[in-house]
Amino acid sequence: MSILINKDSRVITQGITGKTGQFHTRTSREYANGRACYVAGVNPKKAGEDFEGIPIFGSVAEAKQRTGANVSVIYVPPPFAAAAIWEAVEADVELVICITEGIPVRDMIEVRDRMRKQNRSSMLVGPNCPGVITPGELKIGIMPGHIHKKGRVGVVSRSGTLTYEAVGQLSELGIGQSSAVGIGGDPVNGMKHVDVMKLFNDDPETDAVVMIGEIGGSDEETAAEWVKANMKKPVVGFIAGVTAPPGKRMGHAGAIISGGKGTAQEKLAVMEACGIKVTRNPAEMGKLLKTVLK
Amino acid sequence: MKIHEYQGKALFRKYGVATPRGTPCFTVDEAVAAAEALGGKVWVVKAQIHAGGRGKGGGVKVAKSRDEVRKFASEILGMQLVTHQTGPEGQKVRRLLIEEGADIKKELYVGMVVDRGTQRVCLMASSEGGMDIEEVAASTPEKIHKVFVDPEAGLKDAEAAEVANKIGVPEKSVPQATSLLKALYKCFWETDASLAEINPLIYTGEGKVIALDSKMNFDDNALFRHADIVAMRDLDEEDPLEIEASKYDLSYISLDGEIGCMVNGAGLAMATMDTIKLFGGEPANFLDVGGGATTEKVTAAFKIMLSNAKVKAILVNIFGGIMKCDTIAEGVVAAAREVHLSVPLVVRMKGTNEDLGKKILKDSGLPIISADNMADAAQKVVAAVKGKH
Repeated sequence: MSILINKDSRVITQGITGKTGQFHTRTSREYANGRACYVAGVNPKKAGEDFEGIPIFGSVAEAKQRTGANVSVIYVPPPFAAAAIWEAVEADVELVICITEGIPVRDMIEVRDRMRKQNRSSMLVGPNCPGVITPGELKIGIMPGHIHKKGRVGVVSRSGTLTYEAVGQLSELGIGQSSAVGIGGDPVNGMKHVDVMKLFNDDPETDAVVMIGEIGGSDEETAAEWVKANMKKPVVGFIAGVTAPPGKRMGHAGAIISGGKGTAQEKLAVMEACGIKVTRNPAEMGKLLKTVLK
Repeated sequence: MKIHEYQGKALFRKYGVATPRGTPCFTVDEAVAAAEALGGKVWVVKAQIHAGGRGKGGGVKVAKSRDEVRKFASEILGMQLVTHQTGPEGQKVRRLLIEEGADIKKELYVGMVVDRGTQRVCLMASSEGGMDIEEVAASTPEKIHKVFVDPEAGLKDAEAAEVANKIGVPEKSVPQATSLLKALYKCFWETDASLAEINPLIYTGEGKVIALDSKMNFDDNALFRHADIVAMRDLDEEDPLEIEASKYDLSYISLDGEIGCMVNGAGLAMATMDTIKLFGGEPANFLDVGGGATTEKVTAAFKIMLSNAKVKAILVNIFGGIMKCDTIAEGVVAAAREVHLSVPLVVRMKGTNEDLGKKILKDSGLPIISADNMADAAQKVVAAVKGKH
């Protein structure tokens, strides 16, 4: 098993005709069961055509109805990405993964508000994230597939390459991953650390979790409190940005220490207090996880 | 993106947020002429820089005659204004705002930001205006009142009125304060702001509610739909290296240390800085080279890092996923040659075609120090700075 996606998932790509969408659809399809899993693309202007054999439909609803897809991945450019998320949510796609970076915060506030008010069933991962991978089964997103190894450790993170770093360390130590989830670095997003943590907790094939956070907001603290009260499995963590000065935005729109809140030290302290083993040396995330495995 | 107070006030007025009358000025003569045109007996001469804390730093003066306007304007224009937000070197004052004086009865605070937890715009208000609001929030949190605004409905009359009451706006001025708060929310929402702050918001002896200050920041990701706001950008207020970096789509921030770092990905870049610090070094910058680390981008990144005179060594940390390590290695070698690199360079590469990348670095004949992991890289670059390599 795994969380969110597996070899039985069927995936729609929104933005399949753009350069980024094409590139990552191609590499994702080459990974494990990708050929069977990538079943549809969406572009209203190119309905009826195909991308390297993947049929293109005029809307997400149509693509879902015709192919039975349950996941949608979005590579649509930022000005149109929030509308693309909403289209997938309205079509009741189970899981929507938005890779797009640079979506205006206001657009995300509106989409998230509508999702809540209409009590929509879709789960949203991202935006501005690397995606989700279940090693050996399915890769949905921009992460390099080959660094992963099938196994029993869950990974959840706000950043891209830092997630790869953690995964790479685990694989080198011979520790495989059940699923790795990048939730994205934007201030207003879909699933948070805590939501992914709950899924890992319920997954019988995940034994432990690596949680990677960064400065800004309080999502890591929320997840840590939940872990303390509910988690049945060991969790280890790292927070990037101990050296980041307040008020300076560190690349990600969400990575900023403001009003004295969201510092790495504060997050690390809360995590430790909640029983999460943390390291201040990101080169040792893998080693730390190894110490908690039975 | 940030704008000046006078620009923020112009936006305020457009949306119906009352401000004092005022004129932006670039010379002392303009300042005196502006005071004359405004009339009255009291004027405020205000330095226009993007950093806050201008009053404490001597950048805001009340003038009671034209001569005083001239005197204060000549003192402030051109000064290096040091505030808690500028750093010790301060920021040069190039613009002034000359305003009519206001009869301040009481100073209040109003701010708006996007709250990540509720995923809504949060209106914060306090009776404790004019002070450092972070201090108020820390010491007397009960004095800060918050409303999380429903994005569909906008700020409602009842919500705005309740806040106005709670922060002590006199009864007869509550309707005016209500409409001001609603106008401020509309301004925030429609301009894609990330911060709007009025500190202080005042009421006068006559009970008028006025924004005496204005601080606005905007969501960079939304600037594509606000040409009018982009036009207000003042490059003099930004770090020249950060401006240069933005031309190449590099995310760069100057810091105070001596180790330049170039990394792909924001999280990994922060983690690399942290590792440097962990092993006793100080990062000179944050630099996220992004997904497509082409030779052109890497060269630009090297030039930007090296134009900081404090840089004594460079650490490159790349996790090659989609980007292949050999491509990055070629970029690093070409860049190092082009800039005639004279400081130690430590490179740590991981991922696709790692071995090929390492070979390219080795065969280049350049004195590049190769590292196996982040900790190894950090230790090597710290040693290099200390002259132990």
